[in-house]
Formats: sequence, C-alpha cells, structure tokens
Amino acid sequence: MSRAGGTRDVALAVAWRGAHNYFTNPAIFIPGLLFPLFFFTAFAGGLSRVDSVPGFEFGSNYTAFVYGFVLMQASAFGGVFTGFSIARDFESGFSRRLLLAAPSHGGIVAGYWLTGVMRAVFTICIITVVALAAGMDVQGGGIDLLGLYTLALLVNAAATLFGCGVAMRLRTMQAGPLMQIPVFLLLFLAPVWLPYDLITGWVHAAATVNPMTLILTTERGFVAGDPVHVVITFAVGAALVGAALLWARGGLHSAEQAA
Amino acid sequence: MSSSPAIETADLVREFKKGPRAVDGVDIQVAPGEVFGFLGPNGAGKSTTVHMLTTLLPPTSGSARVAGHDVVEEGTRVRAAIGAALQEAALDPFLTGREHMKLQTALHGLPREQRARRGDELLGRVGLTDAADRKVGGYSGGMKRRLDLALALVHGPRILFLDEPTTGLDVQSRSALWAEVQRLASDDGVTVFLTTQYLEEADQLADRIAIIDRGKIVAQGTPDDLKDEIGRPSVEVIPAEPADLARMKSVLARFGESVASPPKAAAVRLSGGDAQLADVVRALDAEGIRVQHLQLHAPTLDDVFLAKTGRHLEGAGDGAAVEDAEPDPVAA
Amino acid sequence: MNRATALQVGTLARRSIVRTLRQPAMVVPALFFPLLLLAVNAGGLQRATDLPGFPADHYLDFVLAVCFVQGGLFAANSAGTNVANDIETGFLNRLSLTPLRKTALLMGQLAGVLALGLIQAVTFLVVGAIAGEGIHAGVAGALVIVALALLISLGFGSIGAFVALRTGSGEAVQGIFPLMFAALFLSSMALPRNLIETDWFREVATWNPVSYMLEGIRSLVITGWDGEALALGFACAGGVALIALVAAAAALRTQMVRT
Repeated sequence: MSRAGGTRDVALAVAWRGAHNYFTNPAIFIPGLLFPLFFFTAFAGGLSRVDSVPGFEFGSNYTAFVYGFVLMQASAFGGVFTGFSIARDFESGFSRRLLLAAPSHGGIVAGYWLTGVMRAVFTICIITVVALAAGMDVQGGGIDLLGLYTLALLVNAAATLFGCGVAMRLRTMQAGPLMQIPVFLLLFLAPVWLPYDLITGWVHAAATVNPMTLILTTERGFVAGDPVHVVITFAVGAALVGAALLWARGGLHSAEQAA
Repeated sequence: MSSSPAIETADLVREFKKGPRAVDGVDIQVAPGEVFGFLGPNGAGKSTTVHMLTTLLPPTSGSARVAGHDVVEEGTRVRAAIGAALQEAALDPFLTGREHMKLQTALHGLPREQRARRGDELLGRVGLTDAADRKVGGYSGGMKRRLDLALALVHGPRILFLDEPTTGLDVQSRSALWAEVQRLASDDGVTVFLTTQYLEEADQLADRIAIIDRGKIVAQGTPDDLKDEIGRPSVEVIPAEPADLARMKSVLARFGESVASPPKAAAVRLSGGDAQLADVVRALDAEGIRVQHLQLHAPTLDDVFLAKTGRHLEGAGDGAAVEDAEPDPVAA
Repeated sequence: MNRATALQVGTLARRSIVRTLRQPAMVVPALFFPLLLLAVNAGGLQRATDLPGFPADHYLDFVLAVCFVQGGLFAANSAGTNVANDIETGFLNRLSLTPLRKTALLMGQLAGVLALGLIQAVTFLVVGAIAGEGIHAGVAGALVIVALALLISLGFGSIGAFVALRTGSGEAVQGIFPLMFAALFLSSMALPRNLIETDWFREVATWNPVSYMLEGIRSLVITGWDGEALALGFACAGGVALIALVAAAAALRTQMVRT
C-alpha cells in the first residue's frame, strides 16, 4: 500500500466511524444541532428589534445578521464536538488501538477532520433551511456564498484541529471545557448581536483584537452581498488553520509517545 | 444460632416485561453459617435471584424468607439482617473510602461515637487503612471490591450476599477476597450467599452449591456430592496423525460413552474408572495409533453442568474458570 | 421530620455537596458560562438600551437576572447527572439496602443543587456589584434574589432528578439540557416582552414561566420592590419546583422498588 493510499484509507475509515457514531447516536448529534438553532431562534426572533438601534447598518435583515454568527458557531462547534469524540475514543481505548494499527497517523487526524466537516455541514444545512424559512434575506450571489461557506469550513477545520490537539494531549473527557471554553470565548467576544461599531466597553476592546471579528464581519458581508476585507480574512482563516494544524501535530506526537 | 434456614425460597419466580422468566421456580434452602454458592453462566438468573432476596426486586410469584422474614412483607427487617455487595462495586468515585464508611454507618443509624471506630475497623480488616483518605475513583478493581465488602458489613449483618464478587479481579485480589469470605463464615458465623460464574470459586468457597441455568435450578448439593453424581473420570486423546482420529474413536468407544471434546481429539467417560487408563493406552498401542496427547480429567463442576444442561458453563474455557479443570496429564 | 430522617437527609446532603464541589467540570462551567454571557451581553448589547421604552440605562442591570436562571439550568444538569450516575453505578441500590427513607434520599440529593445554587447566586451578585451593579431593592432585595435563585435551582434541579430517575441514564439528562436552554432563550431574556418585535416569539415568551422568573429578579435590580413581579416570579419558580418534585418523587418510587 502506498503511503498516500494508506493515509486516505485510514482517514476514510476514521471518518466513516465518526459519521456512523454521529448519525446513530442522538445524544451526540442533538446538542450540536440544537444549540446553534436555539441561538438563531432566540436572537433572530427575540432581538430583531435591535436593528432599530441608532447606527445599526447592515445591508440585509436582522435574521441574516444573526445567521452569520450562528453559521460560524455551528462550524466551530462541529469541530469542538469532534474533539470531544476524540477524547472519548482515548478514554475507551479505541484510539490507542487505532494508533497501534493504523499505517498512517496523519490519516487519523485527517479522518477526524473529515468527521468535523461532516458534522458542521449537516448542522449548517439545517440552520440554513430554518433561516430561509424564517425569512432570511440573502443579498449575496453565487461567488459570495462560495466565499461564505469556504470561510465556514476554514473555521471548522481550525476548531477541529484545535480540539484534536487538546484531546490527543490530555486523552480524557475531562478536557472538554478546555476545548469548549477558548472557542466559546473567541466566538462571543466578537460582534455577536450588534455590528462592531455599536458594541461597547471591554467587549469592544476584546473584539478589536479577536480574529473572529474579522471573519464574522466578512461572513455577514457575503450574506449581504457586500463583502469586506475578503483577502485579509481568508489569510487570517488560513493562518488559524495552519496554527491549529501544528497544534494537532504536536498532540498526535504526544499521543504516539503514550500509546 | 437458630436452626431455621437463613434463606429459604419456594417456587420463586421473576418475569420481566416482554422477556422470558429470568427466575423460574427456584427452591433453595441455605442453613445458618453456610457458604452457599450460586453457580451459573451469564444471564442464568443469579443476580435477579439476589435482587429478590435482598428486597430490591419484588418476586412475580412464589415466596422467599431471609433471616426468617418474608422478603415481600417484611422488607425492612430483611434489610436489617443482611449485607450485600452487588455485582457492580457501587461506589462514588468522588468520595474517599473513609467517607463511604461514614455515609454507610450514618445511614444504618449507628450511634455517632461508634461510626468512625466501626469504619476504621472494617477498613483495616479489608486492608484499606492506607488508602482510606484517597478518592475511590483512583482505587483498583480489587480495592473497590474490598471496600464494597466492608460497606456491606457495617451493621454486622447475619447474612451476606455477594454477587459475583471476584469478576474481573486479578488472582491476588481474588485470593484475598476469598480468604476474607472464609474468615467471615468460619470466625463470625456469617451466612454467605455467593453468586459466581467461576467453577473454581464455587468449588473452593462453598459448602453447598446450587447450579442455575435459564432461571431453573439444575443441581444442588455439596461440590463433592455433585461431582460424585457424575462419578467417573474421562480420558481425552489427540492422535499424532489426524487421519487416525476415526479409528481412535472406535477404540475408545470400548471403554465408555463418548463425551464432548475439541475437534482434533476424542474423549470418553471411563466406565471402569481411572484404573482403565492403562488398558486404554495398551489398546491404542495395539492398534498402532500413535498418541500426541492424552489427558485424564477428574469430574468437575463443569462436567456436572454439562451433564445437567448439555452445555458447558459459559466462560469455562477462558480466564480463571479454566483453572478449575485441574487437568491430570499423563505422558503418552 | 424525625431525628433518624434528619440524620439521613444531612448525611446524603453532605455527600451530595461534597461530590458536587469535587467535580470542577460541574462547578466551573456553572459559574463561567453565565458570567461570560453576562459580560458579553453587557458590552455587546449596551446600545439596546437606546431603544425607546427600554427599562434600564445599563444593559448589565437588565441582563444580570439571566445568570441566576442560567445557573439553575446547570443545577438541573448537575442534579440529573449525579442521580443518573447513582443509578448507573448501582449506588442507589446500595442506599436502598440501608434503612433510608425515599424522601430523605431526594432531599439529600437536591441539597447539592442548592449548595451549587447558593455559590452561584452569591458569585453573580458579587460580580454584579464589582461591575458597578446596584440592587435597587437594597440588601434585603439581594437576599430575596438569592432565595428566588435557590427556588429556581431547586425547580430545575428536580427536573434533572426526575429525568434521571425516570430513565436511569446520564445521556438522557444531557439530552434535556438543550431543551431547558430553549426555555431560557424563548423568554424575555434579551429584551423586555413589550419590545420583542416578532409576534410568535413574544407570545411564547409570555406563556413561558422563565420570563416571570427573570422579571421577578429583574424588578428587584431595576425598579425596587414590585409585588406583582415578585409574586409571579416566586409563583412560577415554586410551581415548577413543586411539579418537578412531585414527578421526581413518583419516579423515585418506580426506580426504587424495594419491598
């Protein structure tokens, strides 16, 4: 078996198992699906009045504004929940067996990444249907939407690889909060409900240095058909994925040492 | 000590919804001070019986008296007289061993001044004094079982139920637990009702055994009586040339009825007892059959199980249970 | 309650509190996430106070109440998980073999929830005070907030215990967590009911008892002593607690079938 073939086979096997576990276990897929839906419903419905706040400027309706955030949340948490699954695999001893048996360890990480993509795509599809049904006004064209979902997949990849790195280093479900909290912080210390210019206090300061602010702003621009900072946002997204990849590689190395 | 049975059941039945009868007309009597082994494969109805006898599960029909009290009508009195270490070592991973003892002694209503003393005494007895202040989550399987046993003893029960107490334990932990059970029975006069799927455990510990299969008792008596019932030993032979197997079987058939054996071997129960072994060897030699391996088996509880159910006790071929076979190899 | 029962309740309460506090994974998120949401909302939605008719000058004043209810949701998770663990490990059987009363068992188990609820309520008030939050109803008002928060925690905790006792499964408890979050999100959590623009959302929030729990606490923070808001808040929290406790007690009778 060639090295590339080995990596692909391992990746597909790990991804198949991840998909099987995900779709056959409601306890795994329901929370990952429901939380973004709740956020969407609660804020698109409950907060829609805030688009009347003086200075609120957005090229589409508030449902589309919230969709931009929920899309990113679903992408990021698809990755984090995949990290949980990796930790669970280490607790059950499955990963140890995988590390001993698989010809390509990079394939294991790739397989988990595919699992994360699949989870995110599934959640995004459902949220998109709900958002369209709730009257989301999409101004962006085909290229804009391609940019929107590509960016979502970059966020998803970065989150999965980050979770993978944590899970492979600590190899316990107790590491859950360590995967969840940083991602949660990055997501929420951004212009979640109001545009960047309208947030105040320390959250404004945090949002200024948070790369998610840039990503979120560009995503919303794609939905509204008026994308901004596209090149720099994609560069930041790619850099996040690169950093997370290095982090995951270190995690894999640590897990290999322990196996 | 009272001469009435410590445990007595009559036609005890437990049915579960949409399932077969987990326990199907069990009649047993356990004398005070006896160690009673309840042997059977997984799913035979052992734990269900224990749950009914310990008042945790009402019987569907039939009756059971424990320590002289009816398990349905007098649950509180039964619970006061018994201690139980059930199949799961039911412990709280976030509490220490000592905290478990405190909890258990308080819930049993021991006077405040006795609680710590009783807890320390029992922890010492099961060898957990050094680990008493560590959280149970970090205990080994054997330590958990020992703590479980100590907890079952806090109120000085007359009857102790141990549901598969050594399943999953290593050899040392198992021996330590056996020693403690034997000590409880011989020194303290505690009646012990012990379920197990390990032949060796039943053989070593129990004064009397009941074998349960598919909810029914298939045999009951002392281990020796049960084995004597089967009586004769069996001989198992593997020919050096596999082609000789059929011919070898016909030679062996002269010495007794055929019994179950691995595919490459043949085995018969020796109708004339182990004195026939030399004749077997001579007969094979006379037929020119070279023997790779020949083994004499003394009757075991597995043979008893096989004779009564037509099947081997589940798991008899793996792990600890295999030790019970006590093979008696003969050079061939 | 006689002495023996009191001893049993006390013993189990101590155990419940100790095991809750020894699980940082249970305590830390229960404090961290409500505070994070508070901090993010306070900065992120401050400009919502510019909406005509908004009842407070600072969004922090308005949103502080959410912490207490969100804390209650974590109480449900904590109580449910602990009870489910006890069933799954057979610990409930061990307790059943002692002369323990069923009521003592339930009360003892819920004591851990109340301990966590107390820690949460005091923490949220202290953090609120540090952030410049004043309780309009004064110190007595703060004490009433703690009392209402404990009643909310008891109610949600009993729901968690009910689900655990009914199903015997920790996964089922995790499964209701998102549903309870939905109850929080579909309330007057982010805006006063009269400012919710979407009709169906406003209707749901009006029927949702969580809205009145929030408004009870909010009244003490923003306006001072408002008998109607407090009565509704206590009635809703007490009603949920009563129904959930009765249901949990019934489920315990089924789960603990000892003769």
